[in-house]
Amino acid sequence: MKKILEVRGLTKIYGSGCPRCISATGPAHDTNVCPHCGTVVAAHDVAFDLHEGEILGIMGESGSGKSTVVKTLFFDDKPSSGSARFHDGEQVQELFDLNPAEQRWLRNHKFGMVYQNPNLGLNFNVSAGGNIAERLLMNDLRHYGDIRDRARQLLARTEVLSNRMDESPKRFSGGMQQRVQIAKALATRPPLLFLDEVTTGLDLSVQARILDLILEIQQELNTAMIVVTHDLGVIRLLAGRTLVMKYGRVIEAGLTDQILEDPQHAYTQRLVASAL
Amino acid sequence: MNSSYELPLDEADYNFGFLDEYAKREIRRAILKSICIPGYQTPYASREMPMGRGFGTGGLQLTLSLAGPDDVLKVIDQGSDDSVNAVNLRQFVSLTCPGLTTTTHTSDATIIQSRHRIPEQPLNESQVLVLQVPYPDALVVVEPSEARRKAMHGEGDYSRLLTKLYEDIVKFREITISHRYPTRINGHYVIDPSPIPRYDVPQLNQSPALTLFGAGREKKIYAVPPYTNATPLAFDDVPFRTEDFHDDRGERIACARCGSTRSFLDELPLADGSKRWQCSDTDYCDQQLQLKSGTLTGARQ
Repeated sequence: MKKILEVRGLTKIYGSGCPRCISATGPAHDTNVCPHCGTVVAAHDVAFDLHEGEILGIMGESGSGKSTVVKTLFFDDKPSSGSARFHDGEQVQELFDLNPAEQRWLRNHKFGMVYQNPNLGLNFNVSAGGNIAERLLMNDLRHYGDIRDRARQLLARTEVLSNRMDESPKRFSGGMQQRVQIAKALATRPPLLFLDEVTTGLDLSVQARILDLILEIQQELNTAMIVVTHDLGVIRLLAGRTLVMKYGRVIEAGLTDQILEDPQHAYTQRLVASAL
Repeated sequence: MNSSYELPLDEADYNFGFLDEYAKREIRRAILKSICIPGYQTPYASREMPMGRGFGTGGLQLTLSLAGPDDVLKVIDQGSDDSVNAVNLRQFVSLTCPGLTTTTHTSDATIIQSRHRIPEQPLNESQVLVLQVPYPDALVVVEPSEARRKAMHGEGDYSRLLTKLYEDIVKFREITISHRYPTRINGHYVIDPSPIPRYDVPQLNQSPALTLFGAGREKKIYAVPPYTNATPLAFDDVPFRTEDFHDDRGERIACARCGSTRSFLDELPLADGSKRWQCSDTDYCDQQLQLKSGTLTGARQ
């Protein structure tokens, strides 16, 4: 299998920082706030590889740093240190060394993001079709008919009624909004997709259908995905490999089955045991 | 302004062109930069003028920094030489630029300052068209932050503007922007060509005359240099189109005054509820009338 993303030593701290920040935080100290200077160590020394068509789960409780990792990789936030290498065909891009213009280019052409809150991923001032058109227009498609056809196909693929494509997503249900977000993220057929708590806040039947959709897409397009969630069910269903994070550190990593059936770290054991 | 008005003695020693030479030099530098980077909005220190911002102070400062005693100036407002804004600006310039002559004839002018129209008669290489601009940035309708707009301009990222056009076509089956039509200059920057009607936009393309845009309140100058491509944003299969002046029977409406069928028309509602169409460019209309009656003088034929 071909590697698509290599992340090494990814660290993000919020605050001034002091030499003792790293040694005084983490799961062993039960905090991610440095007691000496008040700096928040949101993520420290996160490392993983992602292969083509693979789904990697990042699991952890609120504030464990899982979203921070995805945000830095999608350039929503700058990391404090660390490296991330993106393999784009034959080319290798050092993500954090690119200038903002190159980062925006990658984001628009090669990455896709589905946020928990559709407000972040969608423009509610334009129609559902318009949201997808925007992504396509970024990719220099300039034919109105083609754009419309593509948008219709994508919405049909994500099971949004095509007679509602000219409506504002404002008037859609939460599950529909998530589907439009997924369609938008997929518009450019990106090789890498980030999913940040996509099913949180949706009811169970809708959740199941969205997860099915994600799996189908992964099989169809061979898209590599990073799925961030606190929901063990989502991890079990989607992810082949999983990282477990707590207080900004990766405490356990491995095959999802292994982690769920035979957790090594005490925290993971509690997490798995407490799952309904 | 009363045409017999003279500056009081203590103000009579104003510099030629009202602005001091340093101010003019700064504006000229901004003009040069704008010409070098077609469509780029060059910031400049818009001076306080003795009239409210929004009354053409941007265009006026361009005109004053360009004008010399041997220039011939034409000022129009919506195509007319006689409307209040045009008359005021023309009188102000002639008051502060002794020696400069004014005209209403497009072909005689060396500098044409205009609000919301480009003259019908094609301009030539020795003329400069100065347009007054209320909103210089075409992206302002889709992005409120200027910092982000600048990045978008720099990267030539106009996808959100095109999304607006897409939405228009979805909702109304055509692009509904009537004026200030976003236009791409020299393949990169998209400008707001000031509130000229769509009809005038093709005139910017490969124009022999230099076109300058001045926004006084927003403190920006930009330019379409002579013989530069100016392409209105559109889709490959939904081309840009100008105003349609055909009536129900498919005939091109003619100007009720001069009979021209090749000009941009204003719709005038009449007292009895009917309407009448007339050239918006008054100089062009007069010229057509003179052509008809054979009284057009040699130089202007």
